[in-house]
Amino acid sequence: MEKQLIISVGREYGSGGHEIAQRLAEIYGLPIYDHNLLDEYAKERGLDVRHLKEYDESRRNPLMYRTVRGMNSSPEHNVAQIQFDFLKKKAEEGESFVVVGRCSNYILREYEGLVSVFVLGDLGVKLERIEQIYHLNLKEAADLLEIKDKKRKKYHNSHCPVKWGDSRGYHISVNSSKLGIEGTVQVLKQYIDARRNEA
Amino acid sequence: MLAQVLAVVIFLAMFVLIVTEIWERHIVTLVSGLLTLLLVFGLGMHSMDAIVETINVHSIFTPEFWITTGEASSSHSGINWETIVFIAGMMIMVEGMAHVGFFRWLCMQIAKLVKYKVIPIFLTFMVLSAFLAMFIDSITVILFLAAVTIELSQLLKFNPVPMILAEVFCANLGGSATMCGDPPNIIIGTSLSYSFADFITNTGVMAGVALIFVVVYFYLIFKKELTANANVKIDVTTLPSPSEAIKSKRGFVVSTIIFLCAIVMLVTHASTGLTVAFIGTFIAIVTLIAAGKDALELIKKVDYKTLLFFVGLFVVVGGLEQTGILTQMAQLIGEISGGNLYVMITIIVWVSAIASAFVDNIPFAATMIPVISNLAATQGVSLDVLSWSLAMGTDIGGSATPIGASANVVGIATAAKEGHIIKWGRYCKAMVPATVIVMAISMVIIFMRYL
Repeated sequence: MEKQLIISVGREYGSGGHEIAQRLAEIYGLPIYDHNLLDEYAKERGLDVRHLKEYDESRRNPLMYRTVRGMNSSPEHNVAQIQFDFLKKKAEEGESFVVVGRCSNYILREYEGLVSVFVLGDLGVKLERIEQIYHLNLKEAADLLEIKDKKRKKYHNSHCPVKWGDSRGYHISVNSSKLGIEGTVQVLKQYIDARRNEA
Repeated sequence: MLAQVLAVVIFLAMFVLIVTEIWERHIVTLVSGLLTLLLVFGLGMHSMDAIVETINVHSIFTPEFWITTGEASSSHSGINWETIVFIAGMMIMVEGMAHVGFFRWLCMQIAKLVKYKVIPIFLTFMVLSAFLAMFIDSITVILFLAAVTIELSQLLKFNPVPMILAEVFCANLGGSATMCGDPPNIIIGTSLSYSFADFITNTGVMAGVALIFVVVYFYLIFKKELTANANVKIDVTTLPSPSEAIKSKRGFVVSTIIFLCAIVMLVTHASTGLTVAFIGTFIAIVTLIAAGKDALELIKKVDYKTLLFFVGLFVVVGGLEQTGILTQMAQLIGEISGGNLYVMITIIVWVSAIASAFVDNIPFAATMIPVISNLAATQGVSLDVLSWSLAMGTDIGGSATPIGASANVVGIATAAKEGHIIKWGRYCKAMVPATVIVMAISMVIIFMRYL
C-alpha cells in the first residue's frame, strides 16, 4: 500500500501558492482541498454552501460571540472546525491529498505523511500577478493584497500557536518569485520526493 | 474613597475582560476577587473583618447553612457558598443522568409519542425544554435537545434552526420559573431567603402565562419554514428507537428516581427546612454512590470553572457592597424614580433585561441584589416585588441576543457544528420580539398583581 502523502500549502496572497498546490496535486495524482472542501461538506448534508463560504478562512469577532463550556457560537470558528474535522477525518482514513491553507500545517502535524509548505513572494512580483489575474491597477492590487494577507494571518493565528508564515511552523518555506511557479513546483517536488524516500 | 474607586475599577475591568474572552472567565473573576481582597479591603479599607465577611467560609459551618429554622434571614454579602454547593450538587446529578442516556431517551421518546410529526415535535420540545430547565441548568437542556433536534432534522428532512431557537428561548423562560432554574434565581433565592414555592408562585406564574404566548408566537413565525418538506415520505420504522439511548437500564432507573427525589426535595424545602445547599449535597452523594465505579468520572466532569467563576464574582461584588457603592446606586434609582414604584419596577425590569441581553446575567444579578435590598429598605417598597422584577429581567433579557445567555451560545454552537449557521440578524429577528412579549407580560402581571 502506498504511503500516505499530505501536502499542506500555506501561501501569501499573489504568491501563486494555490497554483503551485494544484500542480503538485496533478503531479502526485492527489485530490486538492481548498474552498471546495465546504462544497463537498454542504453537498453531503444538503446545506446551502454560500452560508458557510461567507466565513471561510476568517477570524471570529470576540465581542460578537461567546464561549460556553468550550463551545463557541461564532460562525467563523465553527466553519473552521468543520474544515479541521473534515481534514482530520480524511487524514485518519489514510487518504493522501493536497490542502491549501486552513491551518493544515498545524492541525495535521501529527501525521507522518505531512509535508507542510509555505509559499511567499516578492511584493512587486505578487502585485504584478494580482494586477494581471484580476485586471486591477497597482493601488487596487496593493489594497487587495493587504486585506487578504491580513485576513489569512488573523485566521491562522487565532487557531494555531505557530504564527502564519513563520518558517518554524512549516517544513519548507519558499519564495516563488525567484524561480517562478514551475521552478518552485520542481524544487518542492524534489523536496517531497526526498522526504518520501527517506521515510 | 480610594476603596470605592478601586472596587469600581476592578469591577468594570472584570466585566470588560469577561466580555472580551482574552482569558477564561473564571481566571478573570478569581484574579479580580484576589485584587478586591488585597486592594479594596486591604489597602483601601484596612479591614480584616470585611475580608472575613466576604470570604464567608464560616457560614458553611453553621446549622442554618444546611437546615433553616423557618425564620427568613437578611441578605448576606460575600461568597454565596449555598449557591455554589447547590450548583455543584446539581451538576453531579445531571452528569449522572446524561451518563446513562436519560436526556436522549426522553427526547426520542417524545418524538416517538407524537409519531415523528415535525410540528408536534416542535411544540412538545418547546414545552419539554421549559419544563426541564425548571430543574436542570439550561446549558444541559439545550446540549441534548439541540443535538436530538439536529439528528431528527436529518432523518425527517426539516430545517433544525427554528426549532433550536424556540427551544433556547423556552429553556431560558423555564429557568425563570423556579429558584433552581437559572443561576440569577439561585443567587436571589439564597441571598434573600426565598423558597422554591416563592418562585414558582410568582415568577413561575409569569413564566407559565408567557409560555403560552411564546409557543403560539414561535408556531406562527416558524410554521412555514418547518413544514417546507412536509410532503417528503419518511419511513418511521427506520428511525432509531428511544431505548437505544439507554446505556444502562439499572442506572437509568436510579437516575430517574434521584431526579424525581431532587424535584420533591426542592418543591418541599420550605416546609422541610432543608436548604438548597443540603439538597445539592445530598443529591450529589446519592448520585455518586449509585454511580459506583463511574463516580470518579462524574466528579471529573463537573464544571469546576463555573464554580470558580462564582467564587471570584461574589468577592468582587462583595467589594462593591462593602464600600457602599451599591447603596449609592440604590439611592440613584430611588431618586430617578422619585419614589414611584411603577417607575422603579420599570427601571429594574428593563435595565436588567437590556443589560442581560449583552453581558452575563450572573454578575449583573449578583450586583443588583444588594441594590434592590437597599431600595426596599430606604424607599419602603416591597423587596419581593423588586426581586421578581429583577429575576424576570435578568432571566429573560438574556434571550434577546446570541451572547445574552449560555443556552443561546450552546444552541447556536451545536447548530453551527453541523453546518447550520445562525447569524445575529436571524437570531434577533426571531428572539427580540419574543423577549419583548415576555417582558411586557411580566410587567403587566407585576403591575396588576402586586401594585
